[in-house]
Amino acid sequence: MKIDSIKNGIVIDHITAGKGMRIYNILGLDSLDCSVALIKNVSSSKRGKKDIIKVDAEFDVDTDILGYVDPGATVNIIKNEETVEKKKLELPEKLTNVIACKNPRCITSTEQELPQIFKLTDKEKKIYRCIYCETAAAKE
Amino acid sequence: MRSLIDILELNTEEIEELIHKANDIIANPSKYSEKCRGKKLATLFFEPSTRTRLSFEAAMYELGGNVLGFSEAQSSSAAKGESVADTAKMISCYADIVAMRHPKEGAPLVAAMNATIPVINAGDGGHNHPTQTLTDLLTIYREKGRLDNLTVGFCGDLKFGRTVHSLINALSRYKNIKFVLVSPEELKLPGYVKDNLKKSGLEYVQTTDLDAVMPELDILYMTRVQRERFFNEEDYLRLRDTYILRPERLSNAKEDLSILHPLPRVNEISVAIDNDPRACYFKQALNGKFIRMALILKLLEVE
Repeated sequence: MKIDSIKNGIVIDHITAGKGMRIYNILGLDSLDCSVALIKNVSSSKRGKKDIIKVDAEFDVDTDILGYVDPGATVNIIKNEETVEKKKLELPEKLTNVIACKNPRCITSTEQELPQIFKLTDKEKKIYRCIYCETAAAKE
Repeated sequence: MRSLIDILELNTEEIEELIHKANDIIANPSKYSEKCRGKKLATLFFEPSTRTRLSFEAAMYELGGNVLGFSEAQSSSAAKGESVADTAKMISCYADIVAMRHPKEGAPLVAAMNATIPVINAGDGGHNHPTQTLTDLLTIYREKGRLDNLTVGFCGDLKFGRTVHSLINALSRYKNIKFVLVSPEELKLPGYVKDNLKKSGLEYVQTTDLDAVMPELDILYMTRVQRERFFNEEDYLRLRDTYILRPERLSNAKEDLSILHPLPRVNEISVAIDNDPRACYFKQALNGKFIRMALILKLLEVE
């Protein structure tokens, strides 16, 4: 399968196979007018399989959300068909309105306009806790 | 402007400062009787409470201040669907400080994020209850003269008991505390509280046998098994009656053991123990007023 290289835009590479669609949705790529390619199950020498997303326009990726959903992914910024920057992702310290608290006793369960905010409390175990009730979020 | 939502927002020096202030209030009450003249405490209790609300109100009156508020959600605008954020903004217009109890976890934090006056968490569901922990710490300090080098037993419902979790977290910051966790299998301390304990490097043992560990204890913190946590009445009744503290159970306890209980008790401590000098739970309720006085002074920045 051949997909044209892009001139100015971004390539999200090394996405864990199967997570491409979720990332496509969570980054809101469906609302873009430019060409967007989501390629699934590409062979990868390191990981066997991976997904790749190419966006053929300058686009400011929310690396916090991406870092949370798939910290192993990389973001390459392409200008004039060349990679000018490779961004490594890290687990963000805080997530706002990315995940929702599932605790029925949490104030967010009754006051739905409150922002859903989670803080990283254990980097090693990748544990995020709701700032209101401290319930741990389900793992990605 | 500062609020108190979680006990761990106070460092050990600040806790010490509050304890010393409370001790000074106990020793010289008249010195403090006008300190909050002209100030108002709003007690917003969206859930029933006896001790906490009354002790906050008594604390403010003894500082010469006034109190306004409500004691159940039905008599507030929450019954009309007002949000916690709006309630917090509104009450900021009328009072100088707020004590809030709410059945939903995190509600006092939402209030603190929206109020322009200090908010004290007076209990949010099964989550936090920092002024109870301050009460417990003051009681331990007054009984033992220290907050370190103690063997502290917790007995009963260690799974759902928020007072237990907060007190363990607070005591984990002191040296040479040994925790003895006594509970039925079904009501053991949750993993995340144990993780915090492991991180602090303090020693702890888990057991189901209260009598076997009784001689070691300097403090015995009893808790109530809460009916509302059970789906099945049979389980509740069986677990409720596991560790009833009767005088014979204290036969091998230390002479200077201090028995604490956040109250209300149901039947887990026999009334026959109330006159034992080791029973500290009513003194603890009294201490609750003094530490709240110290906290109100601190948050209102009254010298």
